[in-house]
Amino acid sequence: MPEPVADRPYEPVIGLEIHVQLATRTKMFCGCALSFGEEPNTRTCPVCLGHPGVLPTVNAQAVHFALMIGLALGCEIAPRSLFHRKNYFYPDLPKGYQISQYDVPLARNGALGDVRIHRVHLEEDAAKLVHAGASGRIHGAAGSVVDFNRGGTPLVEIVTEPDLRSAAEASEWLRLLRATLRRMGVSDVNMEEGSLRCDANVSIRPAGEATLGTKAELKNMNSFRFLQRGIDAEIARQEQVVRGGGTVTQETLHFDPVTGDISSLRSKEEAHDYRYFPEPDLVPLAPTEAMLSRADDALPELPAARAERLERDLELAPETARLLAFRGELGDFFEAAVAAANGGGDGAVAGPRALASWVTVELVPRLGDTEPTESPVTPEALAKLAGMVSAKAVSQSAAKQVLDVMAIDGGDPEALIVERGLGMAAADELGAIVDGAIEQNAAAVEQIRSGNEKAIGAIVGAVMRETKGRADGGEVQRMIRQRLTVDG
Amino acid sequence: MAARASDEALSLTAAAAVERIAAGELSGAELFDLYRERAGNEDLGAFLWLSEAAADVPADAPLGGVPLAVKDVFCVEGVPSTAGSRILHGYRPPYTATAVERLAAAGAPMLGKTNMDEFAMGSSNENSAYGPVANPWDRERVPGGSSGGSAAAVAAGLAPWAIGTDTGGSVRQPASLCGIVGLKPTYGAVSRYGMIAFASSLDQCGPLTRDVTDAALLFRHMVGCDPCDSTSLDYPAEVPLPTAERLDGVRFGAPPELTGEGIEPGVLEVFNRVRTTIEELGGEVEDIALPHTAHGLAAYYVLAPAEASANLSRYDGVRYGMRAGDGDLLSLYEETRAEGFGDEVKRRIMLGTYALSSGYYEAYYGRAQRVRTKIAEDFRAAFERVDLVLTPTSPSVAFRLGERTSDPLSMYLSDYCAVPMSLAGIPAISIPGGLSDGLPVGIQLAGPAFSEPRILDAAHALERAVGFTGEPWRA
Repeated sequence: MPEPVADRPYEPVIGLEIHVQLATRTKMFCGCALSFGEEPNTRTCPVCLGHPGVLPTVNAQAVHFALMIGLALGCEIAPRSLFHRKNYFYPDLPKGYQISQYDVPLARNGALGDVRIHRVHLEEDAAKLVHAGASGRIHGAAGSVVDFNRGGTPLVEIVTEPDLRSAAEASEWLRLLRATLRRMGVSDVNMEEGSLRCDANVSIRPAGEATLGTKAELKNMNSFRFLQRGIDAEIARQEQVVRGGGTVTQETLHFDPVTGDISSLRSKEEAHDYRYFPEPDLVPLAPTEAMLSRADDALPELPAARAERLERDLELAPETARLLAFRGELGDFFEAAVAAANGGGDGAVAGPRALASWVTVELVPRLGDTEPTESPVTPEALAKLAGMVSAKAVSQSAAKQVLDVMAIDGGDPEALIVERGLGMAAADELGAIVDGAIEQNAAAVEQIRSGNEKAIGAIVGAVMRETKGRADGGEVQRMIRQRLTVDG
Repeated sequence: MAARASDEALSLTAAAAVERIAAGELSGAELFDLYRERAGNEDLGAFLWLSEAAADVPADAPLGGVPLAVKDVFCVEGVPSTAGSRILHGYRPPYTATAVERLAAAGAPMLGKTNMDEFAMGSSNENSAYGPVANPWDRERVPGGSSGGSAAAVAAGLAPWAIGTDTGGSVRQPASLCGIVGLKPTYGAVSRYGMIAFASSLDQCGPLTRDVTDAALLFRHMVGCDPCDSTSLDYPAEVPLPTAERLDGVRFGAPPELTGEGIEPGVLEVFNRVRTTIEELGGEVEDIALPHTAHGLAAYYVLAPAEASANLSRYDGVRYGMRAGDGDLLSLYEETRAEGFGDEVKRRIMLGTYALSSGYYEAYYGRAQRVRTKIAEDFRAAFERVDLVLTPTSPSVAFRLGERTSDPLSMYLSDYCAVPMSLAGIPAISIPGGLSDGLPVGIQLAGPAFSEPRILDAAHALERAVGFTGEPWRA
């Protein structure tokens, strides 16, 4: 790296390594069902416990999912990829080696968005160590126990090229990846539960330099927030080192989300020699044409493409389109509502932009953690409600009251409006209320007449209060102006 | 059963016993009890564990209930399975090896577990943590290894037949030293599931029997693809029992690399006699070059230890078997493995770990793999000219106990002629070719992948002509 210049800006260079637990029925190399919080060591067999004499056999569904991922990320699929043994001793690794892929991975050279994918490979997860004692880590623990339920869970590792330039970018891109994987149904992609894990390789270099600086690897940040905080902290640390005249050393780091501290796990000198060699118990993985086309056929429309389509065809705002595309179920709900609105026959219907707003701005906050698809509100009902607003059969604010009820108890919006008397106030009723409001707001009337248009709000507000929102704001304004003009 | 009747039953080959059982003249249970009693009183050190009673054998089982000695390298549910190692002392597997299961289902119930070199590493059975095995021909001598217990048991009439494993000669060499038949099948012909692994790309399970017909019969019921072993393959057809009595038109190739320098004169004498016998039976023997086989042993002692170094990592004291240390993780690993493994196993773990180390991988592992490919190509070229390759099985007859224990290289040389076939993944049989100074000499016949029927047929014809009648236990 060239001489640091005090004021010269540094540019972070970030690459990500993501581990994805596949949502297969069984483990990577044996027939044990995957575990979801069962009693420890109840999802095990001689194979995943590494008993003498056992042999691995490859899970076809895991291969299928991995091929889907490779294709979705636009990768080249290797005609014959190899499994290797990665050797090291640790109590969570029953065989003393992890079966992984090394120099010939299943897929390579792809891209998602503007980040290039270096490689995608299959491997098995380690078991889970639980350390008794204050530190929660193995050193200094009073004792440790192993739960082998997780051991052997299929993992796909995705490695990006160092194409990211900020923590925010990294976090944003990881959201796209997560949405993509979720859309494919290949993983639960839950960072807190560890079905999606992310390590970051971080380096800095003077802005504009082409050569890469020495990288540090930041391990296992288990949320988007921690990922962003961790990378930011590491960038700051490296800048401080370099500006202080030091050099960054290649090491593996642990980010403590509680304290924000970064501590070294091991340096390059302490790095393991994993003694990789081809796994003699398995034959090369050679996907057939049939396997490839089955994986290709199984790919749904992916979030990036969906966002583009929603923006282009339905004219949604880019942020709204991304929100709906990245949360696949939300997007599905929205598109069902659009379909219901279009198939709703005569009468005014809500357009896609209005429906998107009803879904994202109104419905989502009312549901809390519940996905719209699991809520009592059906896409058809929401489309009907939005359509009634467009047709001015119900006011915007009354419709929101109706949605409050629907979000808890469901129901048909039209029936609810009738039942609760929330329909638009009839013309004669509204006329009387407007007359009353003008009478009671002489000061505002005065201001309007002397040219202060904004004062009309006070009268509109009064009408709305009186009608409990059952009036259209624009219509009320029109009526007030009409009356004041006539009177004046 | 009267003494003479029992003697007679014990003298039957397994195939003959199967026939007698099928004819209702003998029962599998009777035979089991006879062998169980003999094995219970043996003092060769051949058995490490004996079944109390015969497992139930279906009445129509093709192997009739003729009991089987099983090398301790096979996992059998609930039965001590140590692979000859202290580190697996007391270990009782929760499952049974496919080969053992298939043979039991075919009617060969397990008689007991036989002694072996620790983790199948050795050529004399002296590396067993549970003591050596004496050769029934001369109790001062080794039975060979690593399947020394199985070979000695069959040679001494303690079992009608046995299974062992062969990684670089571990079935053929002890068969040779004990004067019996040993077959190493084509790699992939028999499932490795449940065989405690030494070197996964080389390990194969094979029969050790009194004659060639028994080997064919046992082999017939071992083969086949196993969903638990991705490297196993369907056998092309049912293995026929051999019938050949002549060798007319069969072409044999004798490679100078494996039939000259380094072979004991007495062994060469028997070998040359067999060569003549082949010609008398109508076969042709020509010299055929296998130029790279001279490097077989060197390549083998890189590849096999490399795989072993990983295969044996699981013995860490965490989940099963022996455990030592003061409770600290590093001490658990170090003490367990220091106390649990014997010297030869440690030597090979070190060799293999070194060969796979970063910076050395290409020079050792990579190069050894290329040698392996060359050897396979040598054989492929040879089998365009000849049907079978003919060599002595081992350069020497059974050596004295303790004679080679302090010199690993001389021990390794015992498998000099057997290792090339293992590296090439091809089948090879060892049959007794005669005696040298009163000790058996084995002759090896090797053929292309899945040519076991051809090998067995030729071996059958040769066996009849040689007329070897070594039954040291009946002398």
